Amino acid sequence: MIQAGDTYDPLLKRPFSIFRQEDNTLQFLYRIRGKGTLCLSNVKKGDTLDLIGPLGNGYPIPKGDFVAVAGGIGIASLYALIEQHKNRAHAFYGARNKDELLMLNEVSKFSKKICITTDDGSAGKQGLITTPLKVFLRNNHLPVYTCGSMPMLKTIFNIIKDTELKCYASLEENMACGIGACLGCVVKVRSEKLEVRSKKSGVRSQDKKNLTVYKRICKEGPVFDLKDIAWE
Amino acid sequence: MGMKETEARGQKAGTKNPRLSVNIAGLKLKNPVMTASGTFGYGEEYSEFVDLNKLGAIVVKGLSITPRMGNPAPRIIETPAGMLNAIGLQNIGITTFIKEKLPFLRQFKTPVIVNFFGDTVNEYVQAAEKLSAADGVHGLEMNISCPNKQAGWRVFGTDPKIMSEVIRDVRKATNLPLIVKLSPNVTDISLMARVAEESGADSVSLINTITAMSVDIKKRKPILANITGGLSGPAIKPVAVRMVWEVYKAVKIPVIGMGGIMTANDALEFLITGARAVAVGTANFVNPMATLEIIQGIERYLIEEGFSDINDIIGSLKV
Repeated sequence: MIQAGDTYDPLLKRPFSIFRQEDNTLQFLYRIRGKGTLCLSNVKKGDTLDLIGPLGNGYPIPKGDFVAVAGGIGIASLYALIEQHKNRAHAFYGARNKDELLMLNEVSKFSKKICITTDDGSAGKQGLITTPLKVFLRNNHLPVYTCGSMPMLKTIFNIIKDTELKCYASLEENMACGIGACLGCVVKVRSEKLEVRSKKSGVRSQDKKNLTVYKRICKEGPVFDLKDIAWE
Repeated sequence: MGMKETEARGQKAGTKNPRLSVNIAGLKLKNPVMTASGTFGYGEEYSEFVDLNKLGAIVVKGLSITPRMGNPAPRIIETPAGMLNAIGLQNIGITTFIKEKLPFLRQFKTPVIVNFFGDTVNEYVQAAEKLSAADGVHGLEMNISCPNKQAGWRVFGTDPKIMSEVIRDVRKATNLPLIVKLSPNVTDISLMARVAEESGADSVSLINTITAMSVDIKKRKPILANITGGLSGPAIKPVAVRMVWEVYKAVKIPVIGMGGIMTANDALEFLITGARAVAVGTANFVNPMATLEIIQGIERYLIEEGFSDINDIIGSLKV
């Protein structure tokens, strides 16, 4: 959680993935999307910002080759994984257009293979990244690591739901505290598998036919097993 | 206490260690700074940042007899100098709280005040009874800003009649100090405070969040899944101070002030206006150490202004 401004507007800290770590620096990659990121973009060299972290649970460390699926700025969450496991990632990188494919050269360099799509066809194939991903996963049984929009994650879920494939997704949501207190950032998770874990921190649904619980993205996440999410 | 007397005492005292302790309904707090329910979890979440022994009191997230799942996402949205929330009273239930959370809180010397609520008068009574029997609960705060299932979903805290009924019944069910948390979503909050006092409340706390709404103009949809939510943060502070002032004049029981307190100066506004204690809410999200900084700032103010006792500034507003 990073302080965005020094007034009461914006008021709350903003959640970010750690993009890179290098020589005692932490690096964050973001796109200016609202008031918070706009304020951040005005921060100058030498300014000080409050930061709380690292928080929550990251991706499990890949044991061999893996698939990294980034939707747009979702690359910020996956980049370190790709860089630190050189030539292990089969990267699938989709964005609206060429300009939004940040760090493309580095991602290409550190990945074993890369597949690119854009909505407008300005780079790679025109279309959604999930289209080539679906074809690839048919013949390659590798764990999937992903960060991107909810519609993208849902499509990936539909691709893998009847397979043995594992998929770890880093989720996004509005957050206030980042430390599990406000219960503002939740995702509905199926609870059969999580019975034990839910005892400690979650709340079980009263409806026994369809057991679901809300999990805090900041604390139990932000990385979840895509198959645990209770898709509507 | 007369204004002249307070000033005279303040000026000659000039102490390095001013007294910060206050009494709320028989509870002795080492300082007037508490946490606001729903913003501090069950205490544990903040124990990495805050020495819980330093707080005046810990008010935990609202609890009900049975666990609540809460509302769908999005549950929160930032607004100018504030935020809306519609968490939907998600909680682990009183039984789990007593079993899994209370033992942790018992190791601290800070009074634990449990915020609770129900859908019916009977649920409130059951909750109060169960909490009163637990070891380590020092006070109760009734959240009456929820709808009454048996009274056509009218909100307990906005209808003097059903509010009085639920407080009277809870009063009979507990000997613990009973704080009633008032809703600001009423025309005359001093009337509600008087009703709470007459019905047996030992103290009133105010304000709860202000019902509010935000709209996504592109989608033409409400931003919160619940449509409306509660506004908190600096944006509501002037409203809260005004309401504390009105209530302070209307009742004899101690008033706990809250609403947008971010700094010691904010807390002091409430104390001077008449609040005997204050609760820090949204500020915990922005800065997990806000409570401690506020306690230090209040102490510094007392030293600088030459007061030896916090009680000398409480209700000292010159009008």
